[in-house]
Amino acid sequence: MEIPKSFLGYKRENKRVGTRNHVIILPVDDISNACAEAVANNIKGTFAIPHAYGRLQFGADLELFFDTMIGTGKNPNVAACVVIGIEPKWTKKIVDAIATTGKPVEGFSIEGAGDIQTIMKASRTAQEFSQWASEKQREECPLSDLWISVKCGESDTTSGMAANPAVGNLMDKLEPLGVHLCFGETSELTGAEKVCATRGATPEASEKFMKTWSDYNDFILKEATNDLSESQPTAGNIAGGLTTIEEKAFGNFQKIGSRTFLDVLTPAEEPKKGPGLYFMDTSSAAGECLTLQAAAGFNIHLFPTGQGNIIGNAIEPVVKLTGNPNTAVNMKEHIDLDVSKILKREMNMNQAGDELIKTTIRAASGRLTCAEVLGHKEFIMTKLFRSA
Amino acid sequence: MANTDIIIHDEKDNVGVVVIEKIIPNQDCNCWVMENDSSVQIQSKNEIPLGHKIAMIDFKEGDTIIKYGHDIGRVVKSIKKGEHVHVHNVKTKKW
Repeated sequence: MEIPKSFLGYKRENKRVGTRNHVIILPVDDISNACAEAVANNIKGTFAIPHAYGRLQFGADLELFFDTMIGTGKNPNVAACVVIGIEPKWTKKIVDAIATTGKPVEGFSIEGAGDIQTIMKASRTAQEFSQWASEKQREECPLSDLWISVKCGESDTTSGMAANPAVGNLMDKLEPLGVHLCFGETSELTGAEKVCATRGATPEASEKFMKTWSDYNDFILKEATNDLSESQPTAGNIAGGLTTIEEKAFGNFQKIGSRTFLDVLTPAEEPKKGPGLYFMDTSSAAGECLTLQAAAGFNIHLFPTGQGNIIGNAIEPVVKLTGNPNTAVNMKEHIDLDVSKILKREMNMNQAGDELIKTTIRAASGRLTCAEVLGHKEFIMTKLFRSA
Repeated sequence: MANTDIIIHDEKDNVGVVVIEKIIPNQDCNCWVMENDSSVQIQSKNEIPLGHKIAMIDFKEGDTIIKYGHDIGRVVKSIKKGEHVHVHNVKTKKW
């Protein structure tokens, strides 16, 4: 197949391109969720992204909180952003950082004003933003404007056999075209970590990967109270035939095809070394991983599943594919691409990769994904430790 | 091309994955090795569902299961060729 040269995206002020045109109402903290949701309810064409944190966090945990909030606002899938927090200082910090992209952003703090007055003021701004964004048009953009993140979930043995290598095939075909790519799931590479480390594009990248993996593994071993048999693999993985974390890891690893990774990113860190593949240190829980990848600026996500994970994301469209013929039928409404014919040898990996490229470009150009039409807007903050 | 019942990722693998709804005991199964596009046959001993693994050789306790050409765990209970390989007879070497 000749790979299409372009997709239809929204060109942003900072030269990045969005696959979506969201106007978001971003609460800074847990107690501002109600206000943000009220604004989103008032003003059509906007939505709130409620979450559980943002109070009394400190140190590295607070830094990750800010990186996640700011990165979410900066993501090119967001056209404009209203930020609402209880206190002015953290609200302003987030607003100022998002404003560096040049996109419309305004902050409101509730303390001293109360919910009702804040809702009124923020709603007026949200109305302006919504109507402004509604005039934005999609334009033809080169594929190099795609920043594709990947993560698999509810994996089974068909994931490593069909859906994950189909993603790997896409990576092998799109990386030479200047696409940014990102995989994560530090803990779910356990067993394949040494093989994964050999994929570092430089000795520094390989070393950084091994240190990142070892640190995460040490943390898991320190906190573990049993043999993790209920967590990794999960009961769903085991039902699907996966026996050990090593087997799951080698299946997972198929997602990067034959690529090497340029660098290891900290959670939510924006890649800075140009186009190519990056590894990000993330949890293997889908909601957390996708939220961090979106905060790093990735604008479309590919999610292979075996037994049928249903995850979406607040700002990044999630394209789901499966190689499990039962999941493709029984959970049809969640599956954007069925590659289960690979199991019957009626489809080869080259064809599966081509189909996935077509599906990805259609979704990037505006076709709503299954997760979007089903209303999945997961936004899950990674919390490093207890608040002060 | 005969129907494929089992797919083996790598020629070094000592397990295969069932890719039809299930195989039944004493079924003569066609196995396809992805890596080198070769075919082998095996007779099953157990019923094994879609996505689950079958032993391609006899294993004794302490042996290593190879899939994708790599070590994916240790045998904790002996397994005969054609039997179901899963959490009841294989454990991780990691956790």
